[in-house]
Amino acid sequence: MIEIAGLVKRYGRLPVLQGVNLRIARGRVTAIVGPNGAGKTTLIKTILGLSRADGGRVVLDGVQLNGGVDYRARVGYMPQIARFPENLTAAELLRLLKELRASTDHGRGTPDEELIDRFALGPQLDKPLRTLSGGTRQKVNAVMAFLFRPELLILDEPTAGLDPVASSVLKDKIHAERRAGLTVVLTSHLMGEVDELADDIAFLLEGRVRFAGALDELKAATRQATLERAIARLMTQEAA
Amino acid sequence: MSAMRGGVIARVVRYELRDVIKSRWLLGYALFVLLTTDALLRFGGGGTRALLSLTNVVLLLVPLVSTVFGTMYLYNAREFTELLLAQPVRRDELYAGLYLGLALPLALGFLGGLLVPFAYHGVDDASQWRLLATLALTGVALTCVFVALAFAIALRTEDRARGLGVAIAVWLLFSLLYDGLVLLGVMLLGDYPLERPLIAAMLANPIDLARVLLIMQFDVSALMGYTGAVFEKFFGNGGMAVAITALAAWVAAPVLLGARAFRKRDF
Repeated sequence: MIEIAGLVKRYGRLPVLQGVNLRIARGRVTAIVGPNGAGKTTLIKTILGLSRADGGRVVLDGVQLNGGVDYRARVGYMPQIARFPENLTAAELLRLLKELRASTDHGRGTPDEELIDRFALGPQLDKPLRTLSGGTRQKVNAVMAFLFRPELLILDEPTAGLDPVASSVLKDKIHAERRAGLTVVLTSHLMGEVDELADDIAFLLEGRVRFAGALDELKAATRQATLERAIARLMTQEAA
Repeated sequence: MSAMRGGVIARVVRYELRDVIKSRWLLGYALFVLLTTDALLRFGGGGTRALLSLTNVVLLLVPLVSTVFGTMYLYNAREFTELLLAQPVRRDELYAGLYLGLALPLALGFLGGLLVPFAYHGVDDASQWRLLATLALTGVALTCVFVALAFAIALRTEDRARGLGVAIAVWLLFSLLYDGLVLLGVMLLGDYPLERPLIAAMLANPIDLARVLLIMQFDVSALMGYTGAVFEKFFGNGGMAVAITALAAWVAAPVLLGARAFRKRDF
């Protein structure tokens, strides 16, 4: 679904992405993992057009992204940090997104508000967002990502800040949508979570993809039984 | 297509307005203007004198509040901006929405604080109406200028403390340092004809521009001696149109500068 080739991004003089090549398959869950500062969030933001690449290209379904915005009607995004205008309510925020999408939402059907019930967010919807806890705001964040029945879902550390119940609800939702054909790209530091959710894995280190493939391939290639040990193995190999 | 695009701006403005209007800072600002206006009308001895004192409030306070509010708002709205940019929304539209969504409530807060006391104290005559209208319009114009400057600075500066520092420095430059520098220049070059350079210097600073526009309405320009005479002559010869155009350019330039920075920026 997504083909990334030779993607380069610098912040000032600091190189973040140094020629990323990656194919993300349709209908699968791809986890992007790597140490802090490896470029995971930058890679995601470049796919979304939030960051502009200095070189290389991102091709979505055969169409190279070049600053157009219409493709985002098919994309859902859950950012890492959930901070919203303080005095708005979650209900108002959701309404704003619906109104913004109204003109580009041809035939996507009614918004998917299943997570509102699953998270029991109903009573929180009409309170100002500043009064909600960090975890509750993160739930609102998750609701917004799924709201428009996207074909591509991009999640940046989706379960960070969620309690175990909410985290399970979110993972169940990801599984269910994946079975229905959704393509998911997520970043995570929790290897257990990656093991549970992902089909494919891309290991990013210092701005390059050091491994990309199915989870089982990684375990076989490193001759490790668990993902955590396989990744640790990759990192020590790199260091050696 | 264009109707749909305009729709994006209007929607962002509507929700941002709803957010900002409930902010305690905006309420405090409107109340401060209101109490100052009320006090000056009550104890300042007559509407015209109150208006003259209010001129100084407008020239100092409006740019400062717009600068600080504009900078802080943009830094605080960073994640919100990101969220909206992940929607099928063009950057120019979002920028226009964010800008209007802040400049509008700030202008309304100022107008409310200024006009409400006049509504119950009353306006004496036509000349006072003209003063009040000029004051209201220059206040709104300065709000637009300094919110735009604040946005342009905040978009170009990653670090929020530094961005706020730069924005306040720009306010200081325009509201205080600039006049000192111009005065110094006049003293040093006193032997030369300075009419044109002085008018150019006035046009190059939005606060000076607003100040001159206001003072010219008060019939006190005779008190300003040499400079007053220069401006009297300038405004007599179609200078008013030039000054108003210059003020409009002062709104447009930083807005466009900010739009460019917004287009290029990584979020």
